[in-house]
Amino acid sequence: MKLHEYQSKQIFSKYHIPIPQGRIADNACDARQIAQELGGRVVIKAQVLAGGRGKAGGIRLARTPEEAEALTTHILGMEIKGLPVHKVLVDEAVNIAQEIYLAIISDREERAPLMMASSEGGVDIEEVAHISPEKISRVHINPLLGLRSFAVRDLAVGIDLPHQHWKSFIEIAQKLWQVYCETDASLVEINPLVITVDQRMLALDGKVVLDDNALFRHPDLSDLRDLDAESPAETEARKYGLSYIKMEGEIGCLVNGAGLAMATMDIIKLCGGRPANFLDVGGGASAERVAVALRLILSDPNVRVVLVNIFGGITRGDEVARGILQALSDSNIKLPMVVRLAGTNAKEGLKLLATAEVQVAETLVEAGRKAVTLASS
Amino acid sequence: MSILANKSTRLLVQGITGREGLFHTVQMVRDGTNVVAGVTPGRGGEWVLDGKIPVFDTVRLAVEATGANASVIFVPARYAPDAIFEAADAGICLIVCITEGIPNQDMMQVYHYLAQKKVRLIGPNSPGILSPGEIKIGIIPSDIAILGNTGVVSRSGTLTYEILYALKRAGMGVSTCVGIGGDPIIGTDFLDVLSMFEADAHTDRVVLIGEVGGTDEERAASYIAKEMTKPVVAFVAGLTAPPGRRMGHAGAIIEGGAGLAQSKIEALENAGVHVVRNPEEIPLFLSS
Repeated sequence: MKLHEYQSKQIFSKYHIPIPQGRIADNACDARQIAQELGGRVVIKAQVLAGGRGKAGGIRLARTPEEAEALTTHILGMEIKGLPVHKVLVDEAVNIAQEIYLAIISDREERAPLMMASSEGGVDIEEVAHISPEKISRVHINPLLGLRSFAVRDLAVGIDLPHQHWKSFIEIAQKLWQVYCETDASLVEINPLVITVDQRMLALDGKVVLDDNALFRHPDLSDLRDLDAESPAETEARKYGLSYIKMEGEIGCLVNGAGLAMATMDIIKLCGGRPANFLDVGGGASAERVAVALRLILSDPNVRVVLVNIFGGITRGDEVARGILQALSDSNIKLPMVVRLAGTNAKEGLKLLATAEVQVAETLVEAGRKAVTLASS
Repeated sequence: MSILANKSTRLLVQGITGREGLFHTVQMVRDGTNVVAGVTPGRGGEWVLDGKIPVFDTVRLAVEATGANASVIFVPARYAPDAIFEAADAGICLIVCITEGIPNQDMMQVYHYLAQKKVRLIGPNSPGILSPGEIKIGIIPSDIAILGNTGVVSRSGTLTYEILYALKRAGMGVSTCVGIGGDPIIGTDFLDVLSMFEADAHTDRVVLIGEVGGTDEERAASYIAKEMTKPVVAFVAGLTAPPGRRMGHAGAIIEGGAGLAQSKIEALENAGVHVVRNPEEIPLFLSS
């Protein structure tokens, strides 16, 4: 789960990582007021869960409160990478002497946290990694040992940080480590970490990505989820513990298992169609669960055909069939449906569906072809 | 006949009195697995399966009493890391973790602790291990596979069942099927299992089932190119997966341009692996 910049910086601030003074605004009038309080010169920053905000014109310097108001009106009317801007962060403008990069990410390959720093802050770190990889310094942290100061000194040396800044850098790195551990993050990033003209170190921007699997330990952080960044059906799906992701196509998919759900989407594309969604109904799905999943799929107006692909292990074909019948009897929408059941109780399931108006397929590809034909007819 | 475990493996079930744990213990015993004990803290002294399997309070007690040397974990996510540590600490040398949803930072600690102890972990978020006719540890339905000489290794559950079933229909058998798990931090990766299959006298060819996220398939490809003599056929799920979204499995996410299905397919093809676009075609390419 991604957090907004302002949410990330609020967490940083709680851990005493210095951040610029600033507040959040959802209208131009408030932005003007905040700018006034901060002394006039401020930066207006669009709060959307997407990278490249600066390039898209979502981060602008305002020299006066009036300008802050005008820029906020403009930015609040923008969409960045398809996401509408509902809030801006109004931060004091600081005079920057140097910008550096500091982050901790969970490294899958090494199964360990990786702390990274670069003397090239304030730009896309992937670009730096691509163009001048020698400018990025990396240290893996043994999760049984935690972050030790020597590791941060290694990084400081790696990025040629002048000695006078080591103390602040080590302190900030250790606090960032604390944030990473105590919020169960998979990424904590300060980009840029700036050294101001008056020699202070400040986290000018912040990014935190939380591990969804650990949210049960952090109910307060779970509440920070931005529901605007996802479709209502996705929010609804989460309530039922279903994995649902909306896509652009017209063939709705209901599948058990994440890998099989992806494979089903791929087969639809292979057959010349486009999947409308990813949906994993989970293991041992009950009829109710299947019915809920079907209703979610049907709530997408682009859907013209539904493809059900179930390989029964713990999930039973007859239970799935009952769910389909239940959803069909509850809803008025009459869309064509292709059903492919294999594995546990598939025969019983197909028998139940014999009277319903569904097309049956034996194999995955046959199901894909039938769905694509129906979608284009 | 099999890698990782065999008929002489003495299996312990952690979380044996839970709904899932008990259900799958029945299945595993039916499939010939030697389940010697169960552990549920607070339920020590009880018996399950009509008095056939004793339940202990701790793994240490279970190991002392029964000589268990492998464990399968059906414990809920918030208690599972503790269960894995406990098994490793009590001297269990193979741990298979079925549990889905364990926090990543817990798993990083688990991984490094187990590496010190030289304990093998399969999973988490794994369907387990199946060697038809020999042993089953986990939840893979045994009736969809027959004994043979194909090794199967996968990050997925039901997609693997689909492929096992396709192999069976084509009359092709399996030496061992290993589900390495759909999480980002897992104990055993493709490379580990491929090297076991390469060394296994009863495996002549391998099916690898990958998916988006991480770089495990790419590392497998480089191992296959350099070290592997046995033929490999692969399928990689998620060509249509959008970037930045978690595709059900916690580990199935394309991040910062890494983890794309296309780059995995290219890496595997460059290593001489035949990568099918339709998983049902795997038996076709195994026989050719």
